[in-house]
Amino acid sequence: MEDFEPTLIAFVCNWCTYTAADLAGTSRLTYPQNVRLIRVMCTGMVDPQYVIKAFLEGVDGVLVSGCHPGDCHYINGNFKARRRIKLLKEILPRFGFQEERLRLTWIGASDGIQFAETIRAMVAQIKTLGPSQARLKMVI
Amino acid sequence: MAMTARIDVTGQDLLASLRQFLRAILELQDIRAILVPRHLPMNNAVMPALVTDPDCLEGVDPLAPAFPMNAAKIVSRLTGKPMGAQVAAILRPCEIRAFIELVKLKQGRTEEVVLIGIDCLGAYQNKDYLRFAGEDGAHATVRFYQSVLTGRGTRIDGVDLAPACRACEYPVASNADITIGLFGIEFDDHLIVQSQSVRGEAVLKQLNLEQTVEPTARRETIAALVAQRTAQRDEMLAQTRAGTENLAKMTTYFARCVNCYNCRVACPVCYCKECVFVTDVFNHDPYQYLRWATRKGVIKMPTDTLFYHMTRLAHMSTACVGCGQCSNACPNDIPVMEVFRSVAQATQKAFDYEAGRHIDEDPPLAVFREDEFAEVVGMSLQTGRQA
Repeated sequence: MEDFEPTLIAFVCNWCTYTAADLAGTSRLTYPQNVRLIRVMCTGMVDPQYVIKAFLEGVDGVLVSGCHPGDCHYINGNFKARRRIKLLKEILPRFGFQEERLRLTWIGASDGIQFAETIRAMVAQIKTLGPSQARLKMVI
Repeated sequence: MAMTARIDVTGQDLLASLRQFLRAILELQDIRAILVPRHLPMNNAVMPALVTDPDCLEGVDPLAPAFPMNAAKIVSRLTGKPMGAQVAAILRPCEIRAFIELVKLKQGRTEEVVLIGIDCLGAYQNKDYLRFAGEDGAHATVRFYQSVLTGRGTRIDGVDLAPACRACEYPVASNADITIGLFGIEFDDHLIVQSQSVRGEAVLKQLNLEQTVEPTARRETIAALVAQRTAQRDEMLAQTRAGTENLAKMTTYFARCVNCYNCRVACPVCYCKECVFVTDVFNHDPYQYLRWATRKGVIKMPTDTLFYHMTRLAHMSTACVGCGQCSNACPNDIPVMEVFRSVAQATQKAFDYEAGRHIDEDPPLAVFREDEFAEVVGMSLQTGRQA
């Protein structure tokens, strides 16, 4: 498993985590290249089906990341996202997708360092879990 | 609030007594129609029918072990917008629970409907019912309810209840305005009707029925039935969980699925007006399929089968009432209900929610609190999912 390089999808909100990722870049912080960022206007628009699709396509982990509670640009989108992640964490493990493959974090616009650390930590964790079953098996 | 009254049964003919009761309701000034399962004149199919003429109550059969569709969708259609009149609806408990969920989603209103929940004896799968009913549906119904209510069981002629009914722990309606009681009652002598709401009591009072008290045997009979059903449910859920615990098993489970989406059409709580899976989002360019196939070497066609089922689980499992119509509708006999119930039990528990339990409980995904579910946030390896 030494040479396993996981693929991560991160749904990041325009106002906080995407800005934090931008800050990480302009601050020349480094983090693993395993993550593909998908910018969304708010974590509250991440339908559970986006996460399910990502997993069935064979990604090894999904990160949903937005503003801290109380900081949402749309008042409460992140609270809605939290319930949806709770829902997915009940559904996905029942079909063998380990719960640790799905993460929700709050990373504010000025938290570039925290963004880089989060990605590093998540990539490390997923490397220990190994490749997702959807990579190895035919998905119908 | 609860008023209990008796309806006499003569000649051991439950159906005749029920029709008599429905006729009395239909003759009330303020009830214009009754929605009730009825044998169709053309063959023995039993379908929900909206009856306004008391003389057309002949053929009405709420005890037939037929469950062609979950009538919550019909009640939703009748009450979604003001009708300008009151109707009564004779429903199974799971139909009432599904209707409660639709009311929460603003797809039905309780203002103009009197919900009459009948003790549910269960139903056969569609194909099994047609075989069981044969030429004489009314006679088949008599054989069925006599067998069930005398404790001889639900299996007749080698046919047994649908899996959903065998594992149903809600044989008695709650949230109805009026319930019709069959369990634990000397049914060759009388039935009981009980009001569960102010509106239900008002209707019963107008009927001038003889009041009575609920026999103690009724509670015991129901408790025993619920215990037996709960045990069957738990066994079914454990088997299903073991049979779907990873992707390889899930693909095996759904291998026969042809993406007909019948299960979604039959589902009373699949609430979207237009399902995303029939929109242009999934109307992929031909070349897209080639690209997918090229990337993986082989793709199963039609695509997105598991994606569809898992998305539906995410969208409606918190509202699933376990009526089993998804399995009933599957042309390839995939046990869809089992998977949905097994996931629904977990997702409803996660939000301390129960579909159809109470009309004032908000659907879990429609609300939030500021201070909740801290365990799903962050990178900690120990998150708090209960097994």
